[in-house]
Amino acid sequence: MILSNLETVPGKEIIEHYGVVNGSTVQAKHVGRDLAASFKNLVGGELKGYTQLLNEAREEATNRMIQQAASLRANAIVNIRYSTSSVAAGAAEIYVYGTAVLIR
Amino acid sequence: MDYFQLLIFVGLIALGYFAGTAAEKKHFAQLIEREQALGPLETTNHKRFDAPNNVEEIQLFTGSAVIAVDYFKVFVAGLMNVFGGNVTSYESLLDRARREATLRLKEQAKAWGADAIYNLRIETANLNGASKKPPNIEALAYATAVRFQR
Repeated sequence: MILSNLETVPGKEIIEHYGVVNGSTVQAKHVGRDLAASFKNLVGGELKGYTQLLNEAREEATNRMIQQAASLRANAIVNIRYSTSSVAAGAAEIYVYGTAVLIR
Repeated sequence: MDYFQLLIFVGLIALGYFAGTAAEKKHFAQLIEREQALGPLETTNHKRFDAPNNVEEIQLFTGSAVIAVDYFKVFVAGLMNVFGGNVTSYESLLDRARREATLRLKEQAKAWGADAIYNLRIETANLNGASKKPPNIEALAYATAVRFQR
């Protein structure tokens, strides 16, 4: 599956559109990480645990989108957009969407 | 007992100021060093691709970083809410998060052999949402890297 956040896949031609596909995950931070974050909020700096957690969540959401596109027999997804929102104090939602297409 | 609480408060501000400023200085120095080590890489946020037809491969890349504020920054921001004006202590925080995220993306793309990066987009979110907790800023950068035929 070729992924692109452009309107096209450079060097290829889009021959069919299958509509919008999407994937999402809601990820909660666990207590240990939350404790480390509280401490980090005193001294500042990168929260490596959260960076990693959100990256894993993003990968999961992207995989769900890819599965959806694959079931439509698409071979590429174009115009991909990511968004992150904090649904509750302890949880973040990662959402990814794009257009499934057939390219040649 | 009130003196004791005040002592803790002042202590936390001092801790935030010294540890936070040191961490920020170190991070900025590291960012500049890594940005120079990376060298030039053509980057645009155009969403249309109109380069010559000699594309070998493309790939989507993401880079992200979550940066926490320190106690001093929160205190200063609280004060600025009273007087109004630029909250520089948060400006530098957001700048760090975005530059770190963009740099991580570019480093990955360069390692893959990218010649140019198209449609670089940057998202910013506060992981603590609208709650009263101090903000933890996540910056996400994503873009399509293109490798040309030689």
